[in-house]
Amino acid sequence: MKIFQRASIYTFLTIAAIVSIFPFLWMIVSVTNKSVDVTQGRLLPGTHLVANLQKLFETVDIVPALINSTIIALISTVLTLLLASLAGYGFEMFRSRGKDIVFTILLLSMMIPFAAIMVPLYRMFGSVTNTMPLFGIDSLGAVILPTATTAFFIFFFRQNTKMFPKDLVEAGRIDGLSELGVFFRIYVPTMKTTYAAAAIITFMNSWNNYLWPLVILQSPEKRTIPLLISNLGSSYSPDYGVIMSAIVIATLPTALVFFLMQKHFVAGMMGSVKG
Amino acid sequence: MSQQLTKKNELDLPLRHKETKRQKTNLYFRKKVGWLFVIISIIAITIFNFYPMVQAFLLSFQSGMGSNLEYVGLANWKRLFGDPTFIAALTNTSIFLLIQVPLMIVLALFLSVLLNDPTLKFKSFFRIAIFLPCVTSLVAYSVIFKYLFGVDGIINQFLVNFGFASQAVNFLADPFWAKVVIILAITWRWTGYNMIFYLSALQNVDKSIYEAARIDGANAIQQFFQITVPMLKPIILFTSITSTIGTLQIFDEVVNITNGGPGNATISISQYIYNLSFKYTPDFGYASTVSYVIVILVVILSIIQFRVAGEKK
Repeated sequence: MKIFQRASIYTFLTIAAIVSIFPFLWMIVSVTNKSVDVTQGRLLPGTHLVANLQKLFETVDIVPALINSTIIALISTVLTLLLASLAGYGFEMFRSRGKDIVFTILLLSMMIPFAAIMVPLYRMFGSVTNTMPLFGIDSLGAVILPTATTAFFIFFFRQNTKMFPKDLVEAGRIDGLSELGVFFRIYVPTMKTTYAAAAIITFMNSWNNYLWPLVILQSPEKRTIPLLISNLGSSYSPDYGVIMSAIVIATLPTALVFFLMQKHFVAGMMGSVKG
Repeated sequence: MSQQLTKKNELDLPLRHKETKRQKTNLYFRKKVGWLFVIISIIAITIFNFYPMVQAFLLSFQSGMGSNLEYVGLANWKRLFGDPTFIAALTNTSIFLLIQVPLMIVLALFLSVLLNDPTLKFKSFFRIAIFLPCVTSLVAYSVIFKYLFGVDGIINQFLVNFGFASQAVNFLADPFWAKVVIILAITWRWTGYNMIFYLSALQNVDKSIYEAARIDGANAIQQFFQITVPMLKPIILFTSITSTIGTLQIFDEVVNITNGGPGNATISISQYIYNLSFKYTPDFGYASTVSYVIVILVVILSIIQFRVAGEKK
């Protein structure tokens, strides 16, 4: 009975693991196969890796898309880390009744569905297109701004600030540092792991964001990676080997981040619930 | 000795007095500085979240093409109930929600309990494997699922070759199977994510509670429902709220796997809002009305979930 139970547990977990991994394996194997082989469900590695990659870089504008996605993800990450950590630190270290109320109101914004504000945002950015083209429709600035600071990350930094030793702040003040000096010279270096965790999550969110760039970006040269893949995926005569190569390239950065920084990754997820 | 003490006190007292005065002015100053730390975020969230919410509310009473909008009162809200596409979108989104969220949460809970067993071998392999889908982008995995479930896709070849089906099933062209594929896809992507939350919560549960239950003769199923579920209630609530909000807004998957088809069999509310605003002749007013339905649903479902979790306490 006991052995039977054990065996069924392992069988169940193995099936779950196979189901989880299979699409990855298929994706990686498909990069090395011809389009025909991919559609025929070939599960063995082939010899078309170089040909697929060559065709990808020749026929698809993947390089501009990679550059756009990278610029957007990097700027978004830096902005979010800076603004959200300043706010999280401010709400926790300078607590007051007024700030606690404002904080609670900010948290409500986490319940706002993006689909509900996408039309007003589109109109808002539309109205500045002529005066400020850097932040108008079809600009990378317009992609970045709405996600530059979110209540989620303010909450995340506030939760983590609760564990930050307040004596360090006093010590910094006695040493004659300004309030901003305390923040940048003492808080930021001490909270490295919190920043790492937040950076991973923001970077991934930004790298994978689809709906807002789809709404706001219009010209093909402004396209980000998810827009490009979506476009390839819905084409009428798809070259599956090429599409799979694009998907693998798009997934590589986030997969690498995950494998190199697993601990921070999980810490980032957990940081939002503990406390 | 006593002389020394008094001397010290004499020196100390005025100093301490001075210190408190300085601290007082500091405290006042600090209150102001505190606002400087939070002000940019408050402004940004107001401009990019709250203000658009108000705008969308006002838009929901307007109608017209593009930017030629005029107030039409409740006309948009009345239009909702007679709009077959909206009703299809609402029904589909509800089906995704009612089936997918419970399915995923039960599965994630079950997996986390199995993986929490200290005697289990290859634990970290299983954990990483099941979590792996979370590193994919929604668009990328959607495209992959579209191919996996295509007429000549791998799933069909498997079914036909192993005799589970006499001929290939056109999953994505069938209203029922297309929904099933969407539900399977979301479950594949998010189960491991939720499992990690449960696993870390389980590690904080005191092992002696299970020991005591075992001595009292509780079996594994009883332990699961009487100990594990009540202990994890806050985290289950958290994950069900985030999953509910997420599934209510589902967009990337339906657009990239089925594009809402066949017909409108898998169209979601978010996709319909997108289509109304940017695909058909833009009707921002009516689109905003539809979007407020999601807002209302998010609020109602969050309240219900809080109530349910509160009652059982």
